[in-house]
Amino acid sequence: MERAESQSPPQADRLAPVRRLLRAMIVPVASVAVALAIGAVIIALSGANPLVAYSALFEGGLGSGRAIGRTLEKATPLIFGGLAVSLAFKCGLFNIGAQGQLLLGAVFAAFIGFSLQGLPAVLHIPLALLVGAIMGAVWAAIAGMLKAFTGAHEVITTIMLNFVAFNLTDWLADGPWKDRSPGNIVARTPAVAPEARLPDIAGVPLGMILAVLAAIAVWWLIWRTTIGFELRTVGQNASAAKYAGISVRRMTVLAMVASGFLAGLGGAVETLGVVGRFQPGFNVGLGFQAITIALLARTNPIAVIPASLLIGVMQAGASRMQFNSGVASEIIDVIQAIILFFVAADSIIRWVLRLRAEEGEQVTLSSGWGS
Amino acid sequence: MQITDTLARPSAARIPWLTIGVWGGLAILVLVAYVRAPQATTAVLTSTIRQSTPIILGALAGIMCERSGVINIGIEGMMLICAFLGFLFNVWTGDLILATMGALLVGAAVGAFHALMSITLKVDQIIAGTVINILAVGLTGYFYQQGLTTRGKFSPVSIPVLADIPIIGPVFFSNPPITYASLILIVVIHVLLFRTAWGLRTRAVGEHPAAADTVGIAVNRVRYINVIIGGMLAGLAGAFLTLESVGSFERNMTNGRGFVSLAVMIFGKWTPFGAWGGSLLFGFANAMQSQIQFLKNQLPSWLAWIGDLPPQFIGMLPYVLTIAVLAGFVGRARPPAAIGKVYEKE
Repeated sequence: MERAESQSPPQADRLAPVRRLLRAMIVPVASVAVALAIGAVIIALSGANPLVAYSALFEGGLGSGRAIGRTLEKATPLIFGGLAVSLAFKCGLFNIGAQGQLLLGAVFAAFIGFSLQGLPAVLHIPLALLVGAIMGAVWAAIAGMLKAFTGAHEVITTIMLNFVAFNLTDWLADGPWKDRSPGNIVARTPAVAPEARLPDIAGVPLGMILAVLAAIAVWWLIWRTTIGFELRTVGQNASAAKYAGISVRRMTVLAMVASGFLAGLGGAVETLGVVGRFQPGFNVGLGFQAITIALLARTNPIAVIPASLLIGVMQAGASRMQFNSGVASEIIDVIQAIILFFVAADSIIRWVLRLRAEEGEQVTLSSGWGS
Repeated sequence: MQITDTLARPSAARIPWLTIGVWGGLAILVLVAYVRAPQATTAVLTSTIRQSTPIILGALAGIMCERSGVINIGIEGMMLICAFLGFLFNVWTGDLILATMGALLVGAAVGAFHALMSITLKVDQIIAGTVINILAVGLTGYFYQQGLTTRGKFSPVSIPVLADIPIIGPVFFSNPPITYASLILIVVIHVLLFRTAWGLRTRAVGEHPAAADTVGIAVNRVRYINVIIGGMLAGLAGAFLTLESVGSFERNMTNGRGFVSLAVMIFGKWTPFGAWGGSLLFGFANAMQSQIQFLKNQLPSWLAWIGDLPPQFIGMLPYVLTIAVLAGFVGRARPPAAIGKVYEKE
C-alpha cells in the first residue's frame, strides 16, 4: 500500500498527510464514541436518562461563552499533565507521578507568589512559574535517578512520591506556609500577590497560551533535536541505544526531569491563573487523567491539546450534568477509563472496523522490574 | 533436573544466617519492649499483623501473576473494586461469609479481565493494570452512595489455649478470619509454587515459556489461571478492608496498598515468606503511625521528638519506606525472566 501511494501522481500525494492524519484519528475517535455509548448504558442502568445527562454535560462544557471559558480552564493543567506523560512515554518511562509533581509545582509557585510583594508582574510571574516547574522537575528527578541507578521501577516510585507529595504539601499549607490571616482555620496558603496572577491576553488566559506553546516546544524537542532522537531511541530499544553510545541513565533522568518540569509548570499555571493560592486536595485525579490523555493522543504532543479539551469539556460540564440529571459526576471518570481501555486495547476497535495494524513506533513499558 | 534448579526454588542447603540474625534481633527487641511496656508492645504488634494482612494478600496476588510471567500493577484497583462490592454484598445480604465469597468471585472476574487484556488482547501489561486502577476509582466512585449503613464486620476469634500465651497469643491467635486466612495462604502458596507440579509449570511459564511449550504446557492457560487466582487474592485483600478492618467503604480506601504490595513482592524476591517479612515491616510502619498518639507518653526521653513530629511526616513513612525498599532490593532480586512478554507460538 505504502509503495503504491508513493507512485501515485503528485496531486494525490498532497492529500497523503491528511489521509494519514484521518487514519490515525480513527481509533481514538471510535474509542471515545464507544466509551460514551457504554457510559450511556451505565447511566441508564443507574436509573437516569443518558440523553438528558449527556446534553447537560456538553451544554455545561460548550454551551455558552462562560462554559467554554471553564473548559479552557479545566483543559490547561490537563495539557501540561498529558505532555508530561507523553514525553516520558517517548523514553519508555511511565510517569504516574504527574499528580505529585503538579502539587510540588503548585505549592512552590504559591509560595513565590505570596511571599514576594511589590515585584513587577514581568518578573514575578516568570519567577513563580519557573520555581514551580523546577520543583516539579526535582520531584520527578528523584524517580528518574532511582530508576537509572538502582532500577527501582518508576511506576511504583512515582505513585509513592505522589503520596509523599500529598503529605508534604499538606504540611506546608497547614504549617510553615499557612494563611495566618484572622478568621482562617483551614489549611491553605495566603493568596498570591496580584502581580503574580496570570492575566488574559486578548481574551485568552495566559495559562492556555503557555500550554499550547509547551505542546509545540515538546514536539520540537522530540522530533527536531538530538536529545529528542536519543530519547526516542532509548524508548524503542534501550539496549540498541546503549550500543549506539547513548547513555540510557542520562536519558532516563533527563526524560523524568523534563516530564516533571511540565507537570510542575502545570501546577504553577493552575495556582497563578485559576486558584490564586495553594489548598490541599488540589486537582486530585490529574495524574490518571493525564495518562488517558497521553494515550488518547497516542503520545503526540500536538494531539494532546484536543484530547485535553475533550476531557476538559467533560470536567467543565460534570457539575451541570449532576445538577440537571442527577447523574453523579464520577461517571466521567468511568468514561475516561473506558476510553483508556479501548485506546490501549486498540486491537478490538481495529478488528471491529477491519483496520490494519499501524506501522510505526511502539513503546514497550512492561520490560520488567529490573534494568 | 537441571531445569528445576534454575527455577529459583529457595535453596534449603545454605543456612540463612542473615535472616536468622535479623529476626533473632527483632525478637530480642520485642521482648525488651514487652518487659518495659507490655500493653503498648502488644497493641503495636497486633496492629502490625492487621495492617500487614492486605499487603501480604496483595503481594501473594502479585507473586501468582508474576511467577507465571504477567505483570499486575492493577492490584490496587482490584482491591478497591472488591472492597466496594464486598461491602455492597454485605449490605444486601447481611452475611459476612457470603459477602467475602462475592468479593472473591469479583476478584476472579477482574483477574480474568486483566488476563484478557494482557494475554489475549496483548495490551501492554503496565497499561492494562492502569486501566483497572482507573476503572476501579471511577466505578466505585460513581456507584458509591453515602449513607449505606454497615451491617457489621468480622470480629476476632480466639483460639482456645493458644490465645492465652503472652505476646504470641493476642498477636497470632486472636484474629478475625481473613487475617488467619492470609497466614495460612502464605504457606499454601509457598507449597503450591515450590512443591507441586502446578507450581513447577507456573514457574516454567514465567521463566522460559518456549521451553514450557515444547514439553506440552499450555502457556496461556497456565497464565490465565494464575492471574485469576491472583485476582481472587487481591479480592480477599479488598474484602479485608471493608469486611474485617473498617466495616464500611470509603472512596479510594486502598490508599496505595496495592502498590506497596508490589514493592513487598520484589523485596521478598517473589517468594511468599520473603514477601511476608516485607509486609510485616510495612505493617509495623503503619502500626506506629496509628498508635503514635497513644504511645506519646510512653516513649523514652531520647525518642520523645517522634511524638512531636507533624502527623503528615508520620503519614509519609510507609511510602518513603516503600521507595527505600525498592531502591535497595530491586537490583539484587531477579524477576521471572519472561515477565511482561506476551508468548506467541512460532
